[in-house]
Amino acid sequence: MPSSIATSTPIDADQRSRIDARHDAWFRGLLKFCALLVLAALLGAALSTLWGGREVLFKDGFHFLTSDTWNPVTDDYGALAPIFGTLVTSLIALVLAVPVSFGIALFLTEIAPTWLRGPVATAIELLASIPSIIYGMWGLFVFVPFMAGIEPALSDTLGRLPLVGKLFEGPPLGLGLLTAGIVLAVMILPFICSVMREVFQTVPVRLKESSYALGSTTWEVVWDIVLPYTRSAVIGGIFLGLGRALGETMAVTFVLGNAYSITSSLLMPGTSISSAIANEFNEAVGIHRSALIALGFLLFVVTFIVLLIARLMLRRLARREGN
Amino acid sequence: MLTSSRSMFRLGALAVFIAASLGAVSVQATDITGAGSSFVYPVISKWSASYAEKTGNRVNYQSIGSGGGIAQIKAGTVDFGASDMPLDEATLTKFGLGQFPDVIGGIVPAFNVAGVAPGKLVLDGSTLAGIFLGSIAKWNDPAIAALNPGVKLPDSRITVVHRSDGSGTSFNFTNYLSKVSADWKAKVGEGTAVNWPTGIGGKGNEGVSAYIRQIPNSIGYVEYAYALKNHIGYALMKNAAGKVVEPKTSSFQAAAATADWAHAKNFNLLMTNAPGADAWPITATSWVIMYKQPKNAANSKVAFDFFKFAYEHGQEQARSLDYVPLPASLVSQIESYWKTEFKQ
Repeated sequence: MPSSIATSTPIDADQRSRIDARHDAWFRGLLKFCALLVLAALLGAALSTLWGGREVLFKDGFHFLTSDTWNPVTDDYGALAPIFGTLVTSLIALVLAVPVSFGIALFLTEIAPTWLRGPVATAIELLASIPSIIYGMWGLFVFVPFMAGIEPALSDTLGRLPLVGKLFEGPPLGLGLLTAGIVLAVMILPFICSVMREVFQTVPVRLKESSYALGSTTWEVVWDIVLPYTRSAVIGGIFLGLGRALGETMAVTFVLGNAYSITSSLLMPGTSISSAIANEFNEAVGIHRSALIALGFLLFVVTFIVLLIARLMLRRLARREGN
Repeated sequence: MLTSSRSMFRLGALAVFIAASLGAVSVQATDITGAGSSFVYPVISKWSASYAEKTGNRVNYQSIGSGGGIAQIKAGTVDFGASDMPLDEATLTKFGLGQFPDVIGGIVPAFNVAGVAPGKLVLDGSTLAGIFLGSIAKWNDPAIAALNPGVKLPDSRITVVHRSDGSGTSFNFTNYLSKVSADWKAKVGEGTAVNWPTGIGGKGNEGVSAYIRQIPNSIGYVEYAYALKNHIGYALMKNAAGKVVEPKTSSFQAAAATADWAHAKNFNLLMTNAPGADAWPITATSWVIMYKQPKNAANSKVAFDFFKFAYEHGQEQARSLDYVPLPASLVSQIESYWKTEFKQ
């Protein structure tokens, strides 16, 4: 075979290019199919949750979105409390995880001695592979008692402040929105940190060295050179973490307290969309089941809106830079 | 060396597999399937192991929850369903189903109050309902103090712990509170999941008991078997007859024996708040649901044989898992129900 290719005639070459073109077309078709498959799966999942939730959505309409009662006995459902819990815990997780991830990623790429970079980076990636039920168990048996110990101190100090004080009132149960947010922060930290570390490494040494040569401090190099260069990827990493926090189920179920209530205090129990589904789906029948599936659909909507905001933010940043 | 021992192992496994399949063919074993309540799963799997040893017939039970069990039997994909909630007359007639109890379990109020020893706290129905409604908010409330003379109760807030997942345990507990408190019935009602007026939710018995252990001055409810195994302090209850009883095998059986089964068509009766002098007020069972005219008569026959075996020979196993076997009077009622209602 190889000898025949080596001594190919013009006719053979013509035939070969036709075969190549055909293979290219197949390959393109295959890739398109793969991409469309993702789209179809997403659309299918969204539509089937919408279909599953049609009973409660058509029966209650906007009431389902604006009510905070969840009563399986009278079949009166409102999704406000789970949506509230999902957003608040994810927000706490982001507020805590982003600065810490940023610090770790900076340390690993700019400051740490080379021998330390490998092991710490591996440790962070291992953190990402711990199953969420383990985080839940750790949260329930180790972290909740710890939080119960420090919450009285929190209410006595931060709880006395004007405005902010409202966030830290209530009995020291150890579980609730704040605890769930902190556990989530630990869970999403490795995702955000890995992405940040990877992209910080792509900044050309030339740029950084030039800046140092001009007399910049490490912080100035990071803030004015590294971060602007990697901004869109960093924001992408943060939203990857946020996506995980919004949908996290088991760990949150164990430490959130599972109470359908909306409170101003972060120390009080709440509920989230995914934990409500995980808790009640097994024994739910009729409209109750439909309400839980509709909650699943709302999680799609919430995630979609959050991603949309991220895209708009990126676009505005790009415009400001004049790109 | 490694590869040779591995291939030896494979050969051995193959031989065992062939022997097993030959053995299975020779006794003409039937595999039947059931699905539903997770409450009965431990005891059914233990029964099915010893039943398989004795007869060669296997019972595959999937613990998917009562709601799932009812859906599966209605769809006819399993030979029997098991539910913690009895089906009503209309549903049974519509689908041609019948139901009967299988085993008894108790639900106990569990608490964690410094200075009050396990088994030293006494509660009654209306007080328990008041605590879970949030209207009794402190441990030294006069209603609790009146039931516990001589017990030093702290002046601290009560934290209520309930199940966050839909469960038969919650259903029986809320059914009891609805029976003893008009206020509870009007404001909350009964169900596998309800709109809890106060407190925090733990997932499963293990979630509830972990919260009770960690949170001082808390109270919740768990299955008796669970409280016993994990040494969680439980309270005594004043029952419908006005007597203070302890949760134990004899008081659960007393509840099952004194409940008015004879007048309950299709055993559609919850044993909560049973009238007997020694009856534990929050006693529960689960129901096996089967077709009266089964599509697969052979499988159905094996299912009846399995439950007959469980009633007659499975009592020790039930006790070892801290369930309570049905009293003999109830078993004989069930067996006559089988004869009259089911085509066997």
